[in-house]
Amino acid sequence: MSEQSAPGAGGAGRPSGRLLEVDDLRVEFRTQDGVAKVINGVTYHVDAGETLAVLGESGSGKSVTAQTVMGILDMPPGFVTGGQVRFHGKDMLTMSAEERRRIRGEGIAMIFQDSLSALNPVFTVGFQIAEQFRIRRGTSRAEAKKRAIEMLDQVKIPNAKGRFSNYPHQFSGGMRQRAMIAMSLALDPEVLIADEPTTALDVTVQAQIMDLLGELQRERQMGLILITHDLGVVADVADRIAVMYAGRIVEEADVYDLYAKPAHPYTLGLLDSIPRMDEKGQQLRTIKGLPPNLMNIPPGCPFNPRCPMAQPVCREKVPPLLQIGAGRASACHFAEELVNRD
Amino acid sequence: MGRYLVRRLLQLVPVFLGTTFLIYWLVWSVPGDPFAGKCGERRCPPEYVAAMTAKYHLDQNVFVQYATYMKNLLQGDFGTTYSGRSINDIIATAYPNTLKLAVVALAIEAVIGLTAGVLTGLRRNGFLDNLVLVSTLFLIALPVFVVGFVLQWLFGVQWKIVPATVSSEMPFSQLLIPGFVLGSASMAYIARVARTSIAENRRADYVRTAIAKGLPMRRVVGVHLLRNSLIPVVTLLGTDLGALMGGAIVTEGIFGINGIGRQVYRSIVTKESATVVSIVVVLVLVYLLMNLLVDLLYAALDPRIRYE
Repeated sequence: MSEQSAPGAGGAGRPSGRLLEVDDLRVEFRTQDGVAKVINGVTYHVDAGETLAVLGESGSGKSVTAQTVMGILDMPPGFVTGGQVRFHGKDMLTMSAEERRRIRGEGIAMIFQDSLSALNPVFTVGFQIAEQFRIRRGTSRAEAKKRAIEMLDQVKIPNAKGRFSNYPHQFSGGMRQRAMIAMSLALDPEVLIADEPTTALDVTVQAQIMDLLGELQRERQMGLILITHDLGVVADVADRIAVMYAGRIVEEADVYDLYAKPAHPYTLGLLDSIPRMDEKGQQLRTIKGLPPNLMNIPPGCPFNPRCPMAQPVCREKVPPLLQIGAGRASACHFAEELVNRD
Repeated sequence: MGRYLVRRLLQLVPVFLGTTFLIYWLVWSVPGDPFAGKCGERRCPPEYVAAMTAKYHLDQNVFVQYATYMKNLLQGDFGTTYSGRSINDIIATAYPNTLKLAVVALAIEAVIGLTAGVLTGLRRNGFLDNLVLVSTLFLIALPVFVVGFVLQWLFGVQWKIVPATVSSEMPFSQLLIPGFVLGSASMAYIARVARTSIAENRRADYVRTAIAKGLPMRRVVGVHLLRNSLIPVVTLLGTDLGALMGGAIVTEGIFGINGIGRQVYRSIVTKESATVVSIVVVLVLVYLLMNLLVDLLYAALDPRIRYE
């Protein structure tokens, strides 16, 4: 398919000097009920020192994309049917398992949504951080412990030394997510993928964790991929936003452009559905309908059944993701009209 | 932890007294005359019966008898058989044999069962998985005496790899086949529990995290996955030692091992009540202590369990 020409994408196989790029990735889940096309040509990239937010509803494929990048997708039922994931220009999907393992943690690390289940319940938090120094760096037990305490200190866990030998269930949710961050940053990765890092936390803690992530990202000049469904979280920290729908990127733009002038009706709908103080007491606006069944994606634009602007062409032709200005792209037949309206 | 241990040990006291009394009472309620046939063709002379009855307090009610028995037991004296043989001696010769057999069985079932469980749990629906599922079903369905006689015939009679019966020195090499027979059913259960446990935890988030950390697969499985999956297996193994010792009667019979199973059987037939009670009392103790050990192991394996 020729529909993918997102900003900066080098085209299949051509190295472009990007730190991490996902190029026309396609993933499907083969189950007994049928084949679900979960990722249908996703292209995005992140460079050092940059934060890319991947925005989308549950089931839009944002987490599956990240899991494919990390190589932790359950296969089967998952199958990568096309595309590349390049790290420093090298396709990770065709690497040997051992080569790929070495990139995990050191090249690309990941933070998960639910820190309670993501940390091993039967080992101390300190052990789980120190383990990386011991196994990956070959440091002594004592040295690994010292460095793990330093990491806990860096994520601002009070009394890091005492907390080293606590188990995950002895931490509060926010502290546990901090420990998770410390663990993911232990080997000083170049790219950090944060998969809904604040969803399981309450609002005040959410802000603290996001601040911490932003701070660490700037200090270390990491590339950060922030996966979220929360538009509020995105605005403060992201440089660019990629909006996903039904396993595709439907819009990509700088954060200011996207909020000011969304170029896809789905993005518009998302922004409209943020509760607003000046409309207190009125019914909340929503995008009507449900995301498509991934085993049976409608022909044409996958958003057309829910789109208030849908025209006959939307039911026939899949709109390609086309560049519509400096650093922004949209997969809508009417992107120009949307951007140019006042 | 110390306080928990003391409390648990104290809890053992009423449980021990309750179970042993029940056994005592059951054994003494079995009808029949212990002195029938003791004196050859003739009936035993009344003087002899009277003397024996007095000596073994047989005319007292069961509570008094139990109390007397317990009083001696606490001083380390299991009493004597009607022929005057010390029960302590019987226990000292029979128990080590059974314990040896049960430990070999436990080791075999732990090693084979756990290995089979881990391998099939990691790779379900493969050839090995189906092989293990079918063979474990086979072992569970077959009675011990069938497995016992078949293996004894194959290894001892057909192929002559080992002697058909175990010699009285109980060498380790001769205990492998009886140990396998005794542990076979439990081994099948261990394999199945381990398989389910591994397969369940294989998809757990923390395993995914461990992979994402770039740890070698060996470590992900051997440390992160195994430690969590071991908890149900340990319960099964721990409580099994007592069951293996108590259930060794058939295996001991087949392979001619002079263990507690044989002794209990012989004592029941000859109405040697004191011997039966004594052997079972020691078995109860093994059960209770193994249960305690399992509970303590739980806390060591899973830090979320804290005893206070």
